[in-house]
Amino acid sequence: MIWKKDVECLDLAGLKALQSHHLKKLIPYICRNCPVYKQKIDAAGVNPDAIQSIDDIKKLPFTTKEDMRDYYPYGLFSASQDQIHEIHVSSGTTGNPTLVGYTKDDLKLWGDVMARVLCCAGAEPGDTIQIAYGYGLFTGGLGFHYGALEMGLRIIPTSSGQTARQLKIMQDFKPRILGCTPSYALYMAEEAKELGIDPTQGNWKIGIFGAEPWSESMRREIEAAWNMLATDVYGLSEIIGPGVAQECQHKDGLHIFSDVFYPEVIDPATGEEVPEGQDGELTITTLTKQGIPLIRYRTRDIVSIRYDKCRCGRTSPRISKIKGRTDDMIVVRGINVFPSQIEHVLVGIEGTQPHYQIVVDRKARQLDEVEVLVEVEQRFFSDEIRHLSELRERIRKEIQNVLSIGVKVTLVEPKTIERSMGKSQRIVDKRTL
Amino acid sequence: MKITQISVFLENRKGRLYDVCSLLGAHHVNIRALTIAETESFGVLRMVVDKCDAAVKLLREHGFVANFTDVVAVEVPDTPGGLAAVLKVFADNDVNVEYMYGFVEKHSDKALLVFRFEDTDVAQQVLAKHSISIVTKQEIEGL
Repeated sequence: MIWKKDVECLDLAGLKALQSHHLKKLIPYICRNCPVYKQKIDAAGVNPDAIQSIDDIKKLPFTTKEDMRDYYPYGLFSASQDQIHEIHVSSGTTGNPTLVGYTKDDLKLWGDVMARVLCCAGAEPGDTIQIAYGYGLFTGGLGFHYGALEMGLRIIPTSSGQTARQLKIMQDFKPRILGCTPSYALYMAEEAKELGIDPTQGNWKIGIFGAEPWSESMRREIEAAWNMLATDVYGLSEIIGPGVAQECQHKDGLHIFSDVFYPEVIDPATGEEVPEGQDGELTITTLTKQGIPLIRYRTRDIVSIRYDKCRCGRTSPRISKIKGRTDDMIVVRGINVFPSQIEHVLVGIEGTQPHYQIVVDRKARQLDEVEVLVEVEQRFFSDEIRHLSELRERIRKEIQNVLSIGVKVTLVEPKTIERSMGKSQRIVDKRTL
Repeated sequence: MKITQISVFLENRKGRLYDVCSLLGAHHVNIRALTIAETESFGVLRMVVDKCDAAVKLLREHGFVANFTDVVAVEVPDTPGGLAAVLKVFADNDVNVEYMYGFVEKHSDKALLVFRFEDTDVAQQVLAKHSISIVTKQEIEGL
C-alpha cells in the first residue's frame, strides 16, 4: 500500500506547486526566527520576497555540516527551546557534535515519512516489526518506532545487540519486518547458523536496511541468507533521521519524499545542478520542518536522481544508492574515484580485508597513475608466489572493472599502511594539481 | 617424514631480509636452508630452521606474515647425475615438484635438498617405495 497516496503519486506539476507553496512559507519563517540564517540569506544578497517558486531555491545559499558545528548548539534553530520536544545528538568525531531538535509537528512529520518508508518497503497493516536499530540519541531506533506507531504496526523494540535474544524473539513472535543495519543482518545470519537456526527458514520476510553504505552484492548475500526482500532506507539526522527516501519492492532507486524534503543533485565543485541521471552531491531542503529547518543542506552523499514514474505508482523522484562521499572523492583522468568503491571490491574478494591505501601520482608523462596498496594478511598468505600473484591480478582486474581506469596493485606487509587515529589514511594524493 | 618450512612475506624494500635474519639470530634460531622467490614488488622467503614454532611466533610478533608449509628433505648422492636420478623417479611416477632448493650445510657425502611437492603424501610414498632416504625432523634439528 502507499501511505500518502495524495502526495506520493502526485503529478510533477502538482508536486512543484506544493513545493513552491511550502518554500514560500518557509523562508519568511526562518528569517523571522533564526538570526544566523537571516544573516546568511542577507549576505547572499537574497530578498526573501523574491522566493516565489521552488525554482527560486537556487538563489539561496547552501548549508553545510560545518555550519551545524559552528553554530552548535542552537544557532540554526528556528523554534524556541520550549517548542522543542526531542533532541538527538550525533557523535562528534571531529569537533562539535551535531544537534537536532524536533517540535511536536516535526515528530508528526517524522512518523508520517517513516510510515511511508514502511509501506514503501511492503509492510501491511497488521504486520509486526522488529526494530533492531539502536534506540537512544541515534535517530534509527526511534525513527522506525514513530513510523510503526503511525502506521499501527505491532512493534518489538529490541534495539541493537544481544543477537541470541533477537533471534529468539524472531522465532517466538514471528515479525515479518526487520529494521537494522545491513551488516548486522549478515552478522545475525552467521550467529543463527552457530546456534543451529537455519536463517533461510527465518520469519523476517522484509528487511529495511540503512545507516551505512552497502552494495548490491551485499543485498544479494542478505537476501539469500535470510530468504527475504532486502530494501534500502536513506536518511540523515540533520534532515530528520531515517525517513528521507526508501526503496519500493522493485528495488530500482529510493523514493525521496520530495514534497517535504526537496532534493537537488549538484556538482560539488561548482554548486550547479547536474543533469538528470548524472552523479552529484545530494542537497536537501526541509520544506516543512520547524525546529531546525535546513536550506540546501549539503549531505556529501553522491547519488544520481531520476524523475520518471515508478512501476509501483509513485511519482516521487528516485535517488540511486549512495555511490560515495564527496569528502573523500578524487578525480583521476576525469573519473571520479571513491575509496568505498575499492573497499567493496576488496571485501568481495575472499581473503582480503579493507586495509588499503590509494596512491595517486602524476609522473613525467603527465598521466595520473593509481596504485592500490593492499596489506597481506596471515590467512591468505601462501608460500607459493603463484597464489599471491593470482590474488593481486584478481584485485587489479576487479578494481579496473569498477573504476574503468587501469590501476597498479601492490601487496604490502601488514601494518605498513599508515593509520591516523586508528583510521587508515585511505588516499594519498601526490599530484601537484 | 615431512619437515616444516617457514615462509615469510617480504616487500622488496631495503633491509627486510636483514630484519628477518637478525631477528632470528638474536633469538638463537639457526637457519638450515633458505631460498627467496621474488616478483617485481614482493618476495617470499622460505626457510628450514631448527626451531620452527618459536621462529614463526617470533616473526608474527614482529609484524611479519609467516606461515608453515610441509616439505620433504631428500638426500641426494653428491655425484654427477645424482639429482637427475631422483628427479627421474618423480617424473616416472607423476610427482609434481613445485619448487626445490639446497641446504646450507653438507650431510656426509650426500647433498640435502628441500622439495615442495604438489602432493606431499604421494611424494613420500614414492620416495619410500624407491628407497630414497629422506631426512627426519630430529635430524634437521640436530644438524
